[in-house]
Amino acid sequence: MNRTAFRNVLNNVMLTLTGLCTIITSSVLFLILGYLIYNGWRSLSWDFFTKLPLSAGELGGGMANAILGSGVLILIAAVIGIPVGFLGGIYLAEFGGKTFPMMVRYTADLLNGVPSIVIGIFAWTVVVVKMHHFSSWAGGFALSMMMVPIGLRATEQFLRSVPSSLREGSLALGASKTRTILSVVVPAARQGILTGMILGVARIAGETAPLLFTSFNNQFWAASLNEPTASLPVMIYTHAISPYDDWHRLAWASGLVLLVLVLIANVACRWVLSRGMSVQRG
Amino acid sequence: MATVAATAPPPAQARKLAIWRDGDQIAHLVTLLFAASVFVVTVYLVYQLWIHSGPSRAKFGFGFLTGRTWDPVAENFGALPFIYGTVLTSVLALVISVPLGVGAAIFLSELAPPKLSNTCTFLVELLAAVPSVILGLLAIFTLVPIMRQYVEPFLKATLGDLPLFQGPAYGVGYLTAGVILAIMTFPFIISISREALLAVPREQREAALALGATKWESTWQVVVPFARLGIIGSVFLALARALGETMAVTMVIGNDTGIHASLLSPGYTIAAIIANEFTEATGDVYLSSLVELGLVLFAVTMVLNGAAQLLIIATTRKGSRRD
Repeated sequence: MNRTAFRNVLNNVMLTLTGLCTIITSSVLFLILGYLIYNGWRSLSWDFFTKLPLSAGELGGGMANAILGSGVLILIAAVIGIPVGFLGGIYLAEFGGKTFPMMVRYTADLLNGVPSIVIGIFAWTVVVVKMHHFSSWAGGFALSMMMVPIGLRATEQFLRSVPSSLREGSLALGASKTRTILSVVVPAARQGILTGMILGVARIAGETAPLLFTSFNNQFWAASLNEPTASLPVMIYTHAISPYDDWHRLAWASGLVLLVLVLIANVACRWVLSRGMSVQRG
Repeated sequence: MATVAATAPPPAQARKLAIWRDGDQIAHLVTLLFAASVFVVTVYLVYQLWIHSGPSRAKFGFGFLTGRTWDPVAENFGALPFIYGTVLTSVLALVISVPLGVGAAIFLSELAPPKLSNTCTFLVELLAAVPSVILGLLAIFTLVPIMRQYVEPFLKATLGDLPLFQGPAYGVGYLTAGVILAIMTFPFIISISREALLAVPREQREAALALGATKWESTWQVVVPFARLGIIGSVFLALARALGETMAVTMVIGNDTGIHASLLSPGYTIAAIIANEFTEATGDVYLSSLVELGLVLFAVTMVLNGAAQLLIIATTRKGSRRD
């Protein structure tokens, strides 16, 4: 009897503890978002989006160059990363044999797990050392390296989820394999691939470590893609570790803008994906 | 047979042309090139790290891994303080995030109604999407003061006799870095462990309950062991992520190149010293030492990621087969 009572108490205690773990872990996101809104909202103003950062001690200023810089870096990364991921994914899903696709798949997973700072070193050796200076190109290249594996696996996964009857139907009508892929398979998987790519963009948008010694930083507008450029994540980093209150203010506002953009992209993509899945199952 | 004889096979050249017009070969080739580029670039990455760490490897050999000094002026570099800091902060992170994560995964897979379970998992997975520099920003202004004023004095008052909790409470240091890493890693543990637990066949639970086990006993003694490979895989993945994490750790680690037993003292990690010193490094040996640190980090995370992938594949296969 005593033993049973102990087992029941243990049961209740442990199950309550697991519930507590869930509450703690699920609430962290709200704590982060709430604190960031609390601190960042007051610092957001029109100036934030239109003005350049000022030197230490001067009040005011904005992050206009960092916002543009981040946009340019992401654009470069997308222009390199999306075609590689998309076409490579098509190969894995539609053309691949056995051994080689497995190797590519494994390397893609490997690349996905490479610490971002190591990607930064690689981009530095390949681009910065050769060009002899920091540039948007180097930063964009580093970010594209992080995007390729995500795009590749997303494309492969969603192409594979297209029923083979669609392919066979198209081939039976006399279409070539390429025509089938372009006109039937890819359009059927379009939504999934697109959301996968957007998730990839959302992931690289907040990456800081690969940019530290590739695109570096810049207090002013970057005149060309060959110059070092400011970006939101690096600006958050430099402003957060600075001793100036006014710089902290800008860091909070930048953090809020960046987080809201990343979260919106993630929520939208997951919503679309979950809808797509249920349609397929039904 | 007659028809085959009647239509003579086209000359070889025409057939070749037809194939090319078809475009299939071209498409195959083009997509193959792009897929291969992923492979080539990854190999090239390893090659570049190896080449650029050359001067350091030539000067220090394997002694680099056990050297305890980091002296840019005398060009004498050893990686031990950073390896120590990296391992220590990651282990601290796991000590916090594994119980929390596995506990939450158990609740989400065994107790919570599907709707609540999916919502909580969604929130936790969104947390994984928060950029690490933002976590670092929050850590500097919220976590560090909390650690300095409340947590670290409390630890010193209660466990201060242990060498682990001695020295002044700076707020920055191994422990704070471990806490922030725990927040970054538990989304992986929860998400993957939940999948592994959900893949356990229903009969396993029912059999345990039918034998008179309580809900907790059935979960802890039957379901969790059944899903253990997937859970271990998620821990490996979390560890790999913690070891390679840069920004949030760099902002709270305290930047001290010594080796300290106390968890409260400032330290350094591999990723943090690369982030801090790479752009300032002058001289071949200094720079290549930082690249070699990157190579060490790369090698360790690759081994862990590989092992995690294998474990996760093993469990998901087992689950689906028995289903």
